[in-house]
Amino acid sequence: MSAPVKAEARSRPAPSRPAGHPRPRRHLFDTKISPYAYISPFFLLFFAFGLFPLAYTAWVSLYDWNLLSSEQTFVGLDNYTELLADEYFWNAAFNTLSIGVLSAVPQLLFALWLAHLLNRPLRAQTFFRVTLLLPNVTSVVAVVVIFSQLFGREFGLINMTLDAFGLGRIDWQAGTATSHAAIATMIIWRWTGYNALIYLAAMQAVPRELYEAATLDGASTFRQLVSITIPMIRPTIIFTVIVSTIGSMQVIAEPMLFGAQVSAGAMATGGADRQFQTLALYLYEQGFRSYEFGYASAAAWVMFLLVVIVVGINFLLVRRMRGSLDS
Amino acid sequence: MGRSRSRLLVPLVSAAMLMVAACGGGGGSGSGGQGAASGEKIKLTVGLFGDFGFGPLYEEFKKTHPNIEIEERQAAFADHHTNLAARLATGAGAADVEAIEVGYISSFTAQPDKFVNLRDYGAGEREKDYLDWKWKQGLAKDGSTIVGLGTDVGGLAMCYRRDLFEKAGLPSDRDEVSQLWPTWEKYIEVGKKFTEKAPEGAKFFDGPGEIFRAMIGQAPVGVYDENDNIVVATNPHVKQAWDLSVQMIQAGLSAKIGAFTPEWNTGFAKGSFATVVCPAWMTAYIQDQAKNAAGKWDIAAIPGGAGNSGGSHLTVPKQGKHHKEAAELVMFLTSPENQAKVFKSTGNFPSIPALYDQPDIQDFKKEFFNNAPVGKIFSDAARNLKPQHLGPKEGDVRTAIGNGLTRVEQGKQSPDEAWQQVLKDVEKIR
Repeated sequence: MSAPVKAEARSRPAPSRPAGHPRPRRHLFDTKISPYAYISPFFLLFFAFGLFPLAYTAWVSLYDWNLLSSEQTFVGLDNYTELLADEYFWNAAFNTLSIGVLSAVPQLLFALWLAHLLNRPLRAQTFFRVTLLLPNVTSVVAVVVIFSQLFGREFGLINMTLDAFGLGRIDWQAGTATSHAAIATMIIWRWTGYNALIYLAAMQAVPRELYEAATLDGASTFRQLVSITIPMIRPTIIFTVIVSTIGSMQVIAEPMLFGAQVSAGAMATGGADRQFQTLALYLYEQGFRSYEFGYASAAAWVMFLLVVIVVGINFLLVRRMRGSLDS
Repeated sequence: MGRSRSRLLVPLVSAAMLMVAACGGGGGSGSGGQGAASGEKIKLTVGLFGDFGFGPLYEEFKKTHPNIEIEERQAAFADHHTNLAARLATGAGAADVEAIEVGYISSFTAQPDKFVNLRDYGAGEREKDYLDWKWKQGLAKDGSTIVGLGTDVGGLAMCYRRDLFEKAGLPSDRDEVSQLWPTWEKYIEVGKKFTEKAPEGAKFFDGPGEIFRAMIGQAPVGVYDENDNIVVATNPHVKQAWDLSVQMIQAGLSAKIGAFTPEWNTGFAKGSFATVVCPAWMTAYIQDQAKNAAGKWDIAAIPGGAGNSGGSHLTVPKQGKHHKEAAELVMFLTSPENQAKVFKSTGNFPSIPALYDQPDIQDFKKEFFNNAPVGKIFSDAARNLKPQHLGPKEGDVRTAIGNGLTRVEQGKQSPDEAWQQVLKDVEKIR
């Protein structure tokens, strides 16, 4: 805090100081309060568009609140008890976890591997790095529409290939496992490059000497990846694990658009059997198809708690990984 | 004023301005004033799902209302209604004129305080023009408020591919085809015959969803009774429609393609299915999707008698600023002459029975459908309609049933299991 104060004092021309105001008080006012004023835009916006909606959602969740009726009745925790007994909610929770694991784990492993490959002198480095990010800047709608066509039952490229090898066609949308795999593929496609770039940035901060020493000792590149790179970029790995866990708990666009490709009605239910309805999509169905805002708000809060729990578990797991590598 | 003060003020003010800017999009509608003085420039927005063929009518309206600009917003079907519900609830953002489809109308007429009563602008005298049931659908429960004026009705017919019928050795003339299937049972029989000799890659119909919807539309009572109770479990018509749909699936007649999906759209042109349920408004859709299949499609009577599927109303949400002008626009767009014009340009069929006998409607043919006399076909369909009460959550109930049929189609459940789950799902709809 002292540096800006000095700069401030220096920049202020002495003659412009109005007489009569004791300097120490203004000085104090400036140093104590201005910094808060500077950071206030974020917090005011966060309060208006983050905290307030969060609290308001909690309030709404205590009501039987239908968007189409002007009366709202207080029902206490009824929405929550109903929700916890709702098998479709738990079905959506299972789908979310399953799609999350199927997408996040391969995605981060691929990303690590790609970053490792790119973290060495290469020609046209910038080209490769930009290419990595391309899937991420592609619109999610475009990605899902293209992938849904690839996974199409009748004319999809994947089924045609399977057919050509005599393996038979798969109705990707119909099955639980197959639809999860298809959706996970879309997520992996979009986010692997993004994570790879983050890993790459972290890897470049690892001192070269470590690799040189390891090479002299005869360690293979794989060994170097496992014993030097991964331990050195652990904080970054923890960060990506948490971010991608949060991301995968909130997946909605992929299953929604994937469902819309087979039937307009199955768009919000995530397939005819809700086989790929995620939590966020369940929330959408309740809130914006059935207009049950009270119930959807309760679902939002339970979902929030689930995200916190899952992220917490992941955090502990990844931290433990550090422990075992250190020893 | 010292500089330290402005240092404090600048970020605070900029933060406040950011907030105002961020909120600006939503606010500012107020409680809705009455009509503006004549001569003042007014912009009316019209919110629709898809193209209603209103374009030329706007131009005509502007001739008598030179101070009015009209802007049309189009959204996808489900999004349109979701957005409208949200905008009514939050009190801002709705267009001056909003279209509502019949499947949603009763959930909106249940909150008449959110809409301008069109009776206040002289819409009451339009009652005599309308099909009685269409008129009533646009009223609030107690009948005092006119929430919406009807645009079109979706009298049912069956579109079929002449070329595929010929290849399968079936008659292709539309009257002969109509006689093949007086009932849905006969339709299944025809389907079985078709399947025996069908060309490679062609199934008899697209998917069970629209057929089920049509069968429900033909019943005197659908998924709701008059008192807005869901009667899926007790109404024998619903179970019968379900059983027939299951039979069709089990006979292998379905192309397993959901309506309004990309594969469906290509299916029209590619000939993936030989028949599709055709409410009047669907003819425009097919024509749009299968431009290169002109002359291959034709229109016959629907099995099982007259029924309605779809159709819309135009409403004026109260939150708009120009009630008078918006109401005038609604009256104009739904006037008998203009409904006739819309029919001729798009295919959306008027809800004004007096038009049905007019020669220009009776003799109207559509080249795309092998010159089928669509005017005669759909006026017969609309005249014979029996009104059916639609409940507030028609869409949700139909989705639940449609998903059940898809589960049967995908082989994930036996018909019985699927039906049990449908009943359970429907029970949850409040």
